[in-house]
Amino acid sequence: MKVFGNLVKPYLFWMTAFIVVPMLLIVLYAFTKHGNSVMAFQFTFDNFGKFIDPVFIKVMLKSMQVAIITTVVCILIGYPIAYIIANVNERLQTLLMLLVTIPMWINMLVRTYAWISILSDSGLINSFLAMINVGPIKMMYTDFAVILGMVYNFLPFMILSIYTSLAKMDRALIHASYDLGANQRQTFLRVIFPLSLPGVISGVTLVFLPAVSTFIIPKFLGGGQYMLIGNLIENQFITVGEWNFGSAISLIMAMIIMLSMYLTRRMDKDIVAEAQGGNKW
Amino acid sequence: MVGSKNRVVLSVVLISLILVFFYAPIASLMVFSFNNSRSLTSWAGFSTQWYSALFENREMMQAIWVTVIVALLTTVISTVVGTLTAIGISKSRRIIRELIINVNNFPILNPEIVTAIGLMLLFSSLQIEKGMITMLLAHIIFSTPYVILTVLPKLRNLDPDIAEAAMDLGATPFQALWKVIVPLIMPGVISGALLAFTMSFDDFVISYFVSGNGVKNISILVYTMSKRINPTINALSTILVVIITVVLLIVNLAPLFKKKELRGTE
Repeated sequence: MKVFGNLVKPYLFWMTAFIVVPMLLIVLYAFTKHGNSVMAFQFTFDNFGKFIDPVFIKVMLKSMQVAIITTVVCILIGYPIAYIIANVNERLQTLLMLLVTIPMWINMLVRTYAWISILSDSGLINSFLAMINVGPIKMMYTDFAVILGMVYNFLPFMILSIYTSLAKMDRALIHASYDLGANQRQTFLRVIFPLSLPGVISGVTLVFLPAVSTFIIPKFLGGGQYMLIGNLIENQFITVGEWNFGSAISLIMAMIIMLSMYLTRRMDKDIVAEAQGGNKW
Repeated sequence: MVGSKNRVVLSVVLISLILVFFYAPIASLMVFSFNNSRSLTSWAGFSTQWYSALFENREMMQAIWVTVIVALLTTVISTVVGTLTAIGISKSRRIIRELIINVNNFPILNPEIVTAIGLMLLFSSLQIEKGMITMLLAHIIFSTPYVILTVLPKLRNLDPDIAEAAMDLGATPFQALWKVIVPLIMPGVISGALLAFTMSFDDFVISYFVSGNGVKNISILVYTMSKRINPTINALSTILVVIITVVLLIVNLAPLFKKKELRGTE
C-alpha cells in the first residue's frame, strides 16, 4: 500500500543522519590527523600504526582472553542450568526464567557495584573467612574479580539463549531416540546437544560481544590500572582527548566483532546444515 | 548412572545456587542501604538515614529528574517514530525494507561504546552543546531501532488487506492507521515502549559520552561516586531495583490477569 509506504521516508533521513553519518565520522577520524578543525583533513595511517605497540597489543590480547574465559565459564554454568529449567513443568519454567531474566534488566553499574562490598579486603566474604580464621584473600582488583563480574552480568543471556533452543526442541525426537534403543547419555550427546548448539552459539555472541567491549566492569572490579580495550577507548576520548586514535581503536574493535559475528553465523549455518544432512538416509 | 532421586536433588541444589549467585549481591546491596553506619559489611541497626541523605542531595535529585524526564520523552518519541516506521516498512518494497532493517541492526549489533563515540563525534561536529538535549537525542536514536524490531513481527502477522478494507469502507488513511492497524499491533507497541523506557532509564555508556556541562543521569552519578564506598549509592540503587522489578512484574503478570478477566466474562 503506497500511502503507508511513505511512512518510511522520514526514517530514511533519520537513519542516514544518526546511524550512517556517525559511523562514517568514526572512520574519518580514524584515518585523519589531529586538529583538522578547518575541514582540512589530512589523511593518515598513523593512528593504526600507533596501535601496533606492545602496550596496546597486550591490552587487546588481555581483552580477548578475559572475554573468552568469561564465555567459556558462562557455557559451563549456563548449559546445565538451562537444561534443568527446560525439563521442569511449564509453570515452574516460566517462574524460573523470570527469575533468571530479572537481573538482566537491573542497571549494570548497580549490579557491578554490588560486588565491591562483597569482594573487598574487608568485604562480606573476607569477614566470613575471618570468623573461621582464614584470610583475608585479596579478590578486588584481580582478574578473578573482573571475570566474576562479567560472568555475573552476562550469564543470564547465555541461560536464556540455551533455554530457548532446548525448550522449542521437538520432544518427539528425544522419544524416538529412546525408542530406537539409545540410553540417556547417547540421547543427550547425539540428539539433544547437537540440536541445542544454535542456542549455545547465539549465547556466545550475546556474552562475548559485551564482555570484549565493556569498560565499567574492569573499572569497578579491576581498579584504575586494569586496562581492557573498552577502557583504552574511554581513556582516549575522556581523559587524553586523542579522538583520532580513539576512533582507530574503536574501528579495530568493531572490525574484530563483525568478523567474529560473521564466523559464528557461518558456524551456525554449517552446524544446522550438518545436522539436517546427517539425518538423511 | 546417577539415580533419578539424586538427579532431582542435584538439580534443586544447582538452581538454588544460581539463584543465590544472582540475587545475594543485590540483596546485600539493598539490606545495607538501611544500615545505621557507613559500613557495607557489619550491621549496626536499621536506619533510613541514607535515604534522607539521598533526598537532601541536590545533585542526586537532579540526576533522578534528568533520568525520568529523558526516559519518558524517549519512550514517547521513539515509540511513535518506531511504530510509524515499522508500519511503513511492512508496506514498502523489499529492497527498502531490507535496507532499513540492515542499517537498523548496526546500533543493535555494535558495541554500545562504538555507537556512543559515533554520536559524540556527530554532536561535536554539528557543534551542539553537550547536555540534556544531546542525551535525549542520543537516547531516542538508540531506542528507536529496538522499537522497530519489536513492532515489526506483529505487523507480519497482520492481514495485509485489512487497512485496504477499512479504506474501502470509507476510512481515511489516518483513520485506517489509527483505528485499525495500531490497535491490532498494540501488544508489540507496548513492549517496544517498555523496552525503550528501560533502556533509556538504565543507560550509562551512551549518556556518559554524549552528555556534559554537569548534566548527569543516575548511571553517570553512580559511576562518578562509586569509587568510594557510599551507602547513598546503595539507597539510590535500591530505588532503581525496585522500580525496574515493579515494571517487569507488571509486564509479566498483566497478561495473566487479562486472561483471567477474559475467562471471567465468558
